Amino acid sequence: MAGHSSRKVLPGFDLTLGVTVVYLSLIVLIPLCAVFIKTASLSLEQLWNTISAPRAVASYRLSFGTSLLAAAVNAVFGFILAWVLVRYSFPGKKQVDALIDLPFALPTAVAGIALTAIYAKNGWIGQHLEPLGIKIAFTPTGVLVALIFIGLPFVVRTVQPVLEDLDAEYEEAAASLGATRWQTVTRVVLPAVLPALTTGFALAFARGVGEYGSVIFIAGNMPLISEITPLIIITKLEQYDYAGATAIAAVMLVISFALLLIINLLQAWSARHGRRAT
Amino acid sequence: MAGNVTSSFAATGSARFENRSATRDSGAVRIILLALGLGFFALFLLLPLIVVFAEAFRKGFDTYWAALFDPDALSAIRLTLIAAAIAVPLNLVFGVSAAWAIAKYDFRGKALLTTLIDLPFSVSPVIAGLIYVLIFGAQGWFGPTLAGYDIKIIFALPGIVLATIFVTFPFIARELIPLMEAQGSDEEEAAIVLGASGWQAFWRVTLPNIKWGLLYGVILCNARAMGEFGAVSVVSGHIRGLTNTMPLHVEILYNEYQFAAAFAVASLLALLALFTLAMKSFIEWQARRTPEKEIQP
Amino acid sequence: MSIRVENIAKRFGAFTALGDITLDFPKGELTALLGPSGCGKTTLLRIIAGLETADSGRILIEGRDATKKHVRERQVGFVFQHYALFRHMSVFENVAFGLRVKPRRERPPEAVIRKKVMALLDLVQLAWLADRAPAQLSGGQRQRIALARALAVEPQVLLLDEPFGALDAKVRKELRSWLRQLHDDLHITSIFVTHDQEEALELADRIVVVNQGRVEQVGSPKAVYEKPANAFVYGFLGSSNVLEGSVRNGMFHTDGGDFLVENATGVHPHATAYIRPHDLAIDRSANAKGIAAQVRRILAFGSVARVELSGITGENHFEVEIPERDLTDLDLSPGNTVHLVPKSLRVFPHGEAGSR
Repeated sequence: MAGHSSRKVLPGFDLTLGVTVVYLSLIVLIPLCAVFIKTASLSLEQLWNTISAPRAVASYRLSFGTSLLAAAVNAVFGFILAWVLVRYSFPGKKQVDALIDLPFALPTAVAGIALTAIYAKNGWIGQHLEPLGIKIAFTPTGVLVALIFIGLPFVVRTVQPVLEDLDAEYEEAAASLGATRWQTVTRVVLPAVLPALTTGFALAFARGVGEYGSVIFIAGNMPLISEITPLIIITKLEQYDYAGATAIAAVMLVISFALLLIINLLQAWSARHGRRAT
Repeated sequence: MAGNVTSSFAATGSARFENRSATRDSGAVRIILLALGLGFFALFLLLPLIVVFAEAFRKGFDTYWAALFDPDALSAIRLTLIAAAIAVPLNLVFGVSAAWAIAKYDFRGKALLTTLIDLPFSVSPVIAGLIYVLIFGAQGWFGPTLAGYDIKIIFALPGIVLATIFVTFPFIARELIPLMEAQGSDEEEAAIVLGASGWQAFWRVTLPNIKWGLLYGVILCNARAMGEFGAVSVVSGHIRGLTNTMPLHVEILYNEYQFAAAFAVASLLALLALFTLAMKSFIEWQARRTPEKEIQP
Repeated sequence: MSIRVENIAKRFGAFTALGDITLDFPKGELTALLGPSGCGKTTLLRIIAGLETADSGRILIEGRDATKKHVRERQVGFVFQHYALFRHMSVFENVAFGLRVKPRRERPPEAVIRKKVMALLDLVQLAWLADRAPAQLSGGQRQRIALARALAVEPQVLLLDEPFGALDAKVRKELRSWLRQLHDDLHITSIFVTHDQEEALELADRIVVVNQGRVEQVGSPKAVYEKPANAFVYGFLGSSNVLEGSVRNGMFHTDGGDFLVENATGVHPHATAYIRPHDLAIDRSANAKGIAAQVRRILAFGSVARVELSGITGENHFEVEIPERDLTDLDLSPGNTVHLVPKSLRVFPHGEAGSR
């Protein structure tokens, strides 16, 4: 009997849907279309030359490579952090839990200068790494560090509720059937958490690809080495090369939309999986 | 994207795993995982936060205050407040409308609409700025027309507001949709049967039920609005004293090697972030305190 | 107020929730809409309330067409299945809500609202809970508050969706007789939805049996129980034993013998007979006629004993209810072979059985 449509009874459907669609179109959809319309004004050759220029290609490699790596690091440590927060009690747990969301709330520019102050060669940690010959700031490693910072809460916050909901009885059942703790974790817990973990990974990755503020301070922005794709767009804009900037933006948008699609599919998978488990 | 108010309960409930032998990790595993997790946390989240304040006060209180009361800093603070004061209410109206339409009704294309609302999350902030340059910039679609009327959007407040709205677009809607879906429409229907108008049902029944989620959505939206850097950087033009927001002011100071001043302004933004997180914890606590589950007879 | 629904039909996509229903609800009566879950009874109730719109058909309240009337103007009281109490308001404010949202010129002054709410809370015997939050109440208390809230706006019609569905068995029984008492005092035309035949039989003046979006039978509890219109109604109103056979000359012919039928005439080569457990007698005498069966299990507690048997021929299972003291006389134990004699049976020829 559930799922009655109450369209006729609760008023406001036309008004609220109207506001939603108009606002969405004006702020998001139509402006985004501008990117593709502008890109279409380029000839195919111009387009190809712009998006396949060595600097651009190097930036894709950097942006996607470091985002992927950062998401992988976050998948591992984010899972451990979620596990620790759900399973163990320790002093300061509430504060740690609250601060996990820091990257969501802290302006990216602030994160950028703080990370630079830590990892620059005279920085808090950088000065101790410098004698060992390790450089982090102003190298691709610096980009990686910034993207790890940005992406961490995505993994923790998608995995944590799933771990919370995971009934202890599953593990007790596994244990009663003779499984070792390791077998229980790898065969019972991990499969249940995997959809959420993959979703968190994808979200962190998607965010990393587009990230700008926290990266540009620590990256050093050397062409071909530590220049991220969003920066290429900004550089082209500053040179009044609108068409070029837009072409690169179009490439990023297409990839972002593909990622969004994958994330949606993952979340559907995750939801299905979750329902079956309960 | 920051998780719903009701979804994380990390502070409670670990006992149910720790008290059962089958789910209790051995001491060594526990220590290793705690060390790894908390070490990672300290290195990547805690340390940057500490650095902001430490660097801000490195040259003493006088420098700190001077940096904050610099006229350019004050005008950046003012611009940031104005932009947020316009962007957040607009996104609030949108968020409530979208949540009402999506949570209370079934219609074709609902899933698509929900996805499209999330779209700004997956667009790089730089592109968010770029799209408005393409439309309203000097070379853009409406640029020449607007110039004819002497209206400035790019490199002026309207552009900053637009970019801010875009970047913070989904926050309030995202917070409200799952909340309102979970609550269903029974109470609103009951109100209507009892003679309430749609507005009365909304103000007297819906709003009190979603107030905490709404508040959190507004606070998070506000934090992001005030802190947005990439998108605003593209449309602002960095005109000191005129179109510089706080994050852009931080960048300029930093690039001019005025580190202490840069961190001083940054510390204000970090305080805003800490306030946001504190509010989130408070709201979660509130939401948990109010009994949601019905007591069985 | 009398209610009439005329040719009401409602579809949800490809699913027909209600197919062309016409019903009268006389003034002052308490009517039960009884049927299995998903049969469309709740949809019908919501259409009468105006919470749902029918695809076709009319709703007449006191003879006047109310089909187009908004739920606000229909003057109905609706008690939701899960009560839908406003969780952020006190019990008092919940009951007062309908009065407070009236347009200013109709809104009673605060003192009147207070008096009226307290009177209603007295009526449902919960005045002492006025300041509590709904979450602090038990299920039965919530149910009564929901009722008081619905009554506050002085509805002409009271509609209750599974009013006891969310309560446990004991509270349910108590509330049932309380609600019947209340209805006898107030005499508001009331309709309630239930899937519990016992509840409908015990509480209602009239029962409307609904199945798969159709009305199977309308009548007093006695009529529906004793003279079910078809096999579905028979089966839904209580447990039954089933026999296959044929009908000729007013007799039902089956393996165990021929039995007199009350409700079937004509010749039907295939028919199913239904017998209530208390309409089967157990005969242990050697030359007894009837259906041969073997005792499997005896459940003897309380005043009525239940005997489970299986047929000697065929795969039939039988359930018999007899007074406990008769059981002692019979001296039954599992494994005994006995004969079952129907005291009364109803036959529904194939092709008519189930739904029409």
